[in-house]
Amino acid sequence: MAKYPTEPLKCWNKAKALRQEYYDNFVHARERGAIRWAGGAWAFDAVPYGLGEDVFPMTGEPYGASTAFESEFSLKCLEATENAGYARDLCSYMRNYWGSILLDKFTFGGEFPKPDFMWQAHICCSHAKWYQVAKELEGGKVPYYCVDVAVGPFDTIAPNKVDYIVGQLLDGIDWMEKVTGRTYNDRLLIQAVKNETEAMSTWAKICSLNKNVPAPLDEKSMYSLYVFGVLMKSSPKVLGLYKDLLAEMQDRVKRGIAAVPNEQCRVMTDTQPPWAFLDVFRYMEKYGCVSIGSLYTYGLTGMWEVKPNGDWGPKTTPMERGVPMNTREEALKALVEWNLAKPEWQHFYDPSLKTDMMVRIARQWKLNGVILHYNRGCEGLSLGIAENRLGIMKAGFPVMTFEGNMGDSREFDKARTMSRIDSFMETLGMKKLES
Amino acid sequence: MITAGIDIGAKCIKVVILKDGKLAAKAMELSGFDQKSMSEQLYKKALAEAGATEKDVAYTIATGAGKGEFALATERVTEVTADAKGANIADSKARTVISVGAEEGRAIRCDAAGKVVDFAINEKCAAGAGAFTEAMARALEVKVEELGPLSLKSQNAVPMNAQCAVFAESEVVSLVHSGTSKQDISRAIHDAIASRISSMARRISIENDVVLIGGLGKNPGFIESLKRDLATDVFVPNDPEFISALGAAHIAWERASSKGGS
Repeated sequence: MAKYPTEPLKCWNKAKALRQEYYDNFVHARERGAIRWAGGAWAFDAVPYGLGEDVFPMTGEPYGASTAFESEFSLKCLEATENAGYARDLCSYMRNYWGSILLDKFTFGGEFPKPDFMWQAHICCSHAKWYQVAKELEGGKVPYYCVDVAVGPFDTIAPNKVDYIVGQLLDGIDWMEKVTGRTYNDRLLIQAVKNETEAMSTWAKICSLNKNVPAPLDEKSMYSLYVFGVLMKSSPKVLGLYKDLLAEMQDRVKRGIAAVPNEQCRVMTDTQPPWAFLDVFRYMEKYGCVSIGSLYTYGLTGMWEVKPNGDWGPKTTPMERGVPMNTREEALKALVEWNLAKPEWQHFYDPSLKTDMMVRIARQWKLNGVILHYNRGCEGLSLGIAENRLGIMKAGFPVMTFEGNMGDSREFDKARTMSRIDSFMETLGMKKLES
Repeated sequence: MITAGIDIGAKCIKVVILKDGKLAAKAMELSGFDQKSMSEQLYKKALAEAGATEKDVAYTIATGAGKGEFALATERVTEVTADAKGANIADSKARTVISVGAEEGRAIRCDAAGKVVDFAINEKCAAGAGAFTEAMARALEVKVEELGPLSLKSQNAVPMNAQCAVFAESEVVSLVHSGTSKQDISRAIHDAIASRISSMARRISIENDVVLIGGLGKNPGFIESLKRDLATDVFVPNDPEFISALGAAHIAWERASSKGGS
């Protein structure tokens, strides 16, 4: 007999349809006279929305992750990239993306769709080169614009740093008008900024509900939902989905509906998972172990702040704070300030920032342990994990590490990782539950 | 009360039989390709040596990479748990356990009761496991059991930079061709493994006593290299390759005792 009741997510089909629509829109944009752009999930995606309501993005990291999930095709992409002379230790999302261009095959079927322009932000060394190379592989004629964001962590942000990025975005808008031939609409930009900030704060509210025991949402399911925050976070449809999901999660908490019906142990992970092997999360459930999420899912799609009582909670939106957003400049300033506070952005600068956030989650979400991924596929987000481990252990939480790769299945040993999970569960005093 | 522990490793299967918590018999055999059949045969053989049969056994715990193959187990525990318990039985002051078998190297920090506090396991890499010494012995054209004693006769520390078994083998060949003595090459090999193992052990913070178990605990060259690298004494119990099975047998004894076995 299960400890808690469980039931499937009601939003699931809506989320699935929205994801399908996202890729369909991108593929068929040209037939409809619409615009499609490609760029990173961390790019300021509210900005291209000002070109019109028929502007469709495709972000590279989720594409790389979806490709990794299709491990047979991913292997072809990775090999194509290596055959073209690119090193095997580069970002594996990027290699899946480049491989798709080289093979001219799209993970979701058909030829790889060439974007009308590329819009990117330099959040790490790989992102700095990703679309530069993609442009070359596409024949060198796709217009490409990149924003430098290397201004330091959130606690050092000053007006001149915000202005530096706002200036680049203003130039970027002029550039977009030139390369698309369209007139930019500030009203659409302002609405997109409002959508983005509200959607990201709403996602943080959803994640906060996992402080409850039992947790209403598990990490594996969360991956299918957080993704909208990296696909098109400024879209009104994403905001709508997250509002529905929040209501559903509140209802699950009220009725005691668990993600893992025999929850007896709670953990979290840190960075990208090995996408081809998400069943490791289901394996942990054999021990009644729920992973309540990760810093990646919480802090890439969600925006957070420390509340007056010391809790980590959803960030107050610019609208709630009464930040003026009546002009292009005001909207861009609000957008930049918002994005520079993104939790996942911080630990590019200092691993102690990541440790602090994870310890905070471990305490407030009542965790028994933490799992860290030495992710060979992402140098940026893996930087400092050994130090995170020490910091989290010092705070009193057992830590398991495993080595793998988010986007290259050749670098993940599933059997040994399962065996390591067994050992970790034993150290936490957990036993496999009778099935 | 008879309890048993069986460690089905990548290369060898080890069985330990306890009678009222005291060692009654032990047996070891190569795992071969049919681990299921071999483990059952060895289990029965060890029981016979202890003057017992399967029916007399109150509790059996299987561990090791092939633990799932052993159908007669009452319970299975991971190698990490069994290693920690076994080391605690061998040395009650053990706080850091270094276990190096054929396939895997592990470092475990444990408490006074032999409970695991933290652990690290080598990733996909032969250079941190016992199989590495076998490969290097072949490259050096000596028997694997000669490698340790040869190493102790070394007069010079020769650096070996290889990070993996494949490259290490070509490095050994280069050293042979450059006229380096087999003694010095043997030491270089053990220093290389010790370096990898001790860096893994440092990840979990080393605390004395440090206990070395597993098949490499029988290699005096590796023991010396490990002591040098860790800059601390390393205790090696008798029959270090049986310690994991011993730990499993003791956990079995504790389980059976708590259930009121006699």
